[in-house]
Amino acid sequence: MKIIVDQDKCVASGQCVTAADTVFDQRDEDGIVVLLTDNPSPELAADVHQAAAVCPALAIVVED
Amino acid sequence: MTQSEPIERALDYPMPPIDAIEPPPEWAELRQQCPVAHVRLPSGDQATLLTRYGDVRQLIADPRFGRTAEEEGGARIGAEGASTIFDRRDEPSPIPQSGAGHQRWRRMLTKWFTAKRMAALRPRIEAMASQLVDEMVAHGAPADLKAGLGYPLPVWVICDLLGVPDSDRDRFAYWSDTFLSLSRYQQAEIDAAQAELTAYMAGHVEAKRLAPGEDLLSDLITGADAAGAKLGTEALVATGKGLLIAGHETTTNMIGKMMAMLLSDRSAWEQLVADPALIRTAVEEILRYDANPGFGLTRYLTEDVELPSGVLPAGTTAVCSMAAANRDDGVFADAESLDLTRSPNVHITFGAGPKSCVGQSLARTELQVVLEVLVRRLPGLALAVPSARLRPVEGLLVGGLQEVPVVW
Repeated sequence: MKIIVDQDKCVASGQCVTAADTVFDQRDEDGIVVLLTDNPSPELAADVHQAAAVCPALAIVVED
Repeated sequence: MTQSEPIERALDYPMPPIDAIEPPPEWAELRQQCPVAHVRLPSGDQATLLTRYGDVRQLIADPRFGRTAEEEGGARIGAEGASTIFDRRDEPSPIPQSGAGHQRWRRMLTKWFTAKRMAALRPRIEAMASQLVDEMVAHGAPADLKAGLGYPLPVWVICDLLGVPDSDRDRFAYWSDTFLSLSRYQQAEIDAAQAELTAYMAGHVEAKRLAPGEDLLSDLITGADAAGAKLGTEALVATGKGLLIAGHETTTNMIGKMMAMLLSDRSAWEQLVADPALIRTAVEEILRYDANPGFGLTRYLTEDVELPSGVLPAGTTAVCSMAAANRDDGVFADAESLDLTRSPNVHITFGAGPKSCVGQSLARTELQVVLEVLVRRLPGLALAVPSARLRPVEGLLVGGLQEVPVVW
């Protein structure tokens, strides 16, 4: 699993952090997405796909 | 209405609401047979209504296009003599409406709506909701849940965010109510309320400039955007007003509609009482399932755009119905059923793309807290009237129910 986030597209909804808070975080200064790991363990796959699906900006791409 | 029989006469939009649960039947007909439909707005102007998920999502997320009121050629929404907040073209907004400037402005706000901030804010919202429920219970059943909880809670939360004293909450609620009028208030009342709120907010900004507090406005005053620019007084006032207007009526109405959806057939409520861990997915499903969403979002096309359902020409005013799109069975399995466990739920009630709702995490938190408090405190909650007798509000851009009478 490989994750790519687009910080320019990100709208800071926080939906990804709610879905997978060990994989995604938000910058303190503006809430923009920060990737904590771009290759998380396989058991987090469902949460990561959930995060990508509910992102209002479609700023998260997951490659399996 | 079939494809061989194109609609000659434009439909009137918005369609009259049915009740708390059932969407207007036109949504499904249009989605299936006429996804790009001609409609007539209350102003008499013509527009193009989109109802399919793919079309709506693409267009509202397209950074090239803005709201109708920003463009000279765009259709007006409100009837003559009762223009809405979305119709005002007389004063250009001091807030950048698109592009890099919009993003820099928006990113000054978004630090206040992160998941961490919401977790920190949650106990305060919970205390406010508990206080309101205590007061409602003290007055005895039946009670109007909208007046007792739905109406005050979002104003209290926004006042807290903006550093506005508790004593001014009632005035804030009235001002916000007038702005979203489609026909309920006279133009003179709307203008007077606009002027009062602008004057209040200007005074509030000055007070915060002299003595900054721990609130969003103080933070905007002392901070700067990513390019190092500071917001001027006009932009600060517009931001404060915008947060009130965007965050109050919408959340108030959603609380009322949420409880009507859950209580109309009490099995949904009982499911939540039995398993409060479902509250997060339940809130998302309720946001998706809303049959009284209000107007939707307009986009004025400054150039041709190709959507899944066809090309819309430059000069089109498009009305995007996120609520109709949220019931698209090409995207949502069993779309006409309320499924409190639905996940992932890709509804677009908060919009999509660079202009999606900046306060969506706060709205979610408020709705979740309302359910947490009510499930815990009033598990026996029930509607005091049959749900078919809950009347939708008329005359506002934001859809909702007039009252939600409950017993417990």
